[in-house]
This record gives sequence, structure tokens and C-alpha cells, in this order.
Amino acid sequence: MPELGSNRMPETGAFFQRDRRWHPPALTPNYKTSVLRSPQKALLAFDNTASELTGPVFGHAMLGELDNDLIHNFARPGERALGERIIVYGRVLDERGKGVPGALLEFWQANSGGRYRHKKDGYLAPLDPNFGGCGRTITGEDGGYAFRTVKPGPYPWPNGPNDWRPSHIHFSIFGHAFAQRLITQMYFEGDPLIWKCPIVRGIRDKAAIETLIAALDMQATIPMDARAYKFDVVLRGRRSSLFENRPEGN
Amino acid sequence: MAQSLDRLKESPSQTAGPYVHIGLTPNFCGIGGVYPSDLGSTMVNDQTKGERIDLRIRVLDGTGTPLKDALIEIWQADSNGLYNSPAELRCAADPNFQGWGRQPTDMETGVCLFQTIKPGRVPFRDGRLMAPHITLWIVARGINIGLHTRLYFSDEEEANAEDPILARIEHRVRVPTLIAERQGDTYVFDVHLQGEKETVFFDS
Repeated sequence: MPELGSNRMPETGAFFQRDRRWHPPALTPNYKTSVLRSPQKALLAFDNTASELTGPVFGHAMLGELDNDLIHNFARPGERALGERIIVYGRVLDERGKGVPGALLEFWQANSGGRYRHKKDGYLAPLDPNFGGCGRTITGEDGGYAFRTVKPGPYPWPNGPNDWRPSHIHFSIFGHAFAQRLITQMYFEGDPLIWKCPIVRGIRDKAAIETLIAALDMQATIPMDARAYKFDVVLRGRRSSLFENRPEGN
Repeated sequence: MAQSLDRLKESPSQTAGPYVHIGLTPNFCGIGGVYPSDLGSTMVNDQTKGERIDLRIRVLDGTGTPLKDALIEIWQADSNGLYNSPAELRCAADPNFQGWGRQPTDMETGVCLFQTIKPGRVPFRDGRLMAPHITLWIVARGINIGLHTRLYFSDEEEANAEDPILARIEHRVRVPTLIAERQGDTYVFDVHLQGEKETVFFDS
């Protein structure tokens, strides 16, 4: 049990049912790629078994010094990525409001011009030789995390003739169980492109979309260096196991 | 008005998009030097207990075309049916097997390969044993929320016949969508996102 406090009993209760009306549905026709990639039959629902209640643990020991610093982790010695310097910070919580310690967060993003370092991205904007676009960190005891990067640029994509993605950072999150596995995207407060984006608008509830918009936090900036955005992520919460059904004798 | 339950809502999912490799398998897509290796790329070592097997998985869209930009994660028990996880309270799992793997589909062929071991049987909530299985989680461009399913094994007919999850599938004709075909030491598994052979996906 690396990194976790030795006297903390792991929780084993089943997770709250996922509210699939809050998530985007599989089929969102205005996001065209979803049309042929969306399952059409009903999902098979069942209460979590051990296979969903367990999950891998990632220890802080696997992290490199620059893993949470996208400004420097791909840059040549003495150089740094180009763009608006920002800090992204927040907490990983569960639906009960409890911090999730030891959660692995992985992020990826375009550079400040809106270009990804990927052979499938042919956008005109140039690559930044000092920017790779990936980072990772593990949450602390209170579920808190922070990383440093440059603000990604918006970019056009071939969905409609003139569709643009708002500036965004992709987040992949591992909580304590495979049932909590989640990938989402963080958007930036005040970006008018958010409300025009077919991927964002796959989420039907405006309040749900707003939970993916990071707030500019001028109290957490580093003066003369970087602005800060606060972004909390919420993973599924779990039932108390106090009154769980158990086979006789357990 | 009653009291508030004070619950938060889970963050809504968004697609992993076409550039998921940058974040999750950067070495695979040519971003070297940031991490020493891609997380989850190696599952077994010389000390790992259990039968070595390969999984050859493809994900097919509604036209039958394999996705070339998907990413698959697997999660499984060790050869004794124990998960390497703090929530595993029965006893300690094989320390040489984390049980978690991550692979992108090949950008040309769409094939995704895992080298792992065959898992043991894990108890269901009521103590009955589930058949050996591997949990799959699939993300890609066009997939708005990660798809959860299981891979079972074609040479475990008896165990599969008494598996409590497979037993819940009302339309029996769909059960084979979760069973990988053994070919030598390789299990071949096609995930169909749509169509007549649409894989049974889970909400759990």
C-alpha cells in the first residue's frame, strides 16, 4: 500500500450510481465522430463487484521532478515553453465532498498556438520546440494538486466547416477504484468558444458544463510570473459499507 | 424543503479526443524524454506467477472499421484471483503483478496487444465465484464517456456458464460478445461499438 497512511482502512462500499443524464450521452450527432462510435443498446447495470471496487495504486515515487511542469519538462536546457504562463490547481473530491488522496492525474494539451505535438495534427500553427504537452501528478492527503503550464490556444477542427475547440486541457483521473475512472476536459473562464463547441454541448445541462470551467484566481497567482486557474474534479462517491449485505459468517 | 444531502455531482466526462496518446502514452507517439516509459506498457516480469497469455483486441465502429486512435486499459486479478489494490481485503496479491495495463491501438492496423497472465476467479458479492475475466475500459475520439466491459475466456466454458454477471444478460445471443477466442496462447477479442454484434457494455 505505497504512499497511503498505514492506519487508514480502505473503503470498500459500492459506488453511487452514475448519473448518465449529467454526462454527455454516447450519441451526440453534432459531434460527428460519435455517430458511428456510440453504443446503441442499453448498458448492463449491476452493483459493483470486486472487479470495479478495486483499482491500481500509483506511488509518488514514480514521479519525476518536472512531471507537473509542462513549461520545462520537454524544454531544452535553459529554455522554456512559449505562451501565457499559468498554474492550474485544485482538489480531487468524491461526491461526498471528501478529498481523494493518492489520485493519479495525467494531463495533455495543445501548445499556446493551438497545435498538438502529434502526427495526426496538421494545423498551420507551428510546434513549439520547447513544449511536449503532457504532464502528471498525484494528489496529496487532502486531494490537492497543482501543475504549471502555458495556456493552450484554441484551434479549428474538421467537424463542421468552421468549428473551433475552446482552449482546454485534457484530464485523466484514477481514484481509488476502477469504477471511478474518468477522463474529462478543463475549460477556461470567460472563453466564448465554450458555448459554441459541439463536444462541450454534448453535455445537456448548463450547470454540468459550468463544473468543467476553471475559475481565474487572482489570489493564487505568482506576481510577475503566472496567473492561476482553479479546477476541482469530482469522482464518484461510495456508500458506507457499515450496513452492506454480507454472506453469513463474514 | 428537506435538508440538503450535500452531495457533489461527478465531473461530466468529455472525450479523450484524437491526441490521447500525448497524455497517456507519450513515448508511443514520439514524445520522448518526459517519462522513462509509458505507464502500464509492461504488466509481467520473470517473477510474475501464472499462465502467460496475449490479448489481441480490436475496437470496431458501426461500419466494422477498426479504430486506429483508441486507447484501452485493462484491470485484472492475479493468478489466484486477488487484486493488487488496497481495497483487496482477503490477502495480498502477487507483488510482481500490478494487474493494470494500458495500450493504444496500432495507428495502422487498429490492433491492441497486451502481454499478461490469465487471472484467477474472483468472488461475486454473495461469495459465488465469477468466471476468470479482465475488465476493459475504452476511450477514443468520438467516445463521450469511457466504455466499460469485460473480456471472458473461451476455454472456461464451465466457469462462464455459472458467472453471475454473464447470467444477467437477458438476450443470450449477446453473451458471446464478451468471450475472447483462444488461438494458441493468444486470446482474440473484437469489441463492436454498434450493430448486430454490439458488445455488452456495463453501467456499474
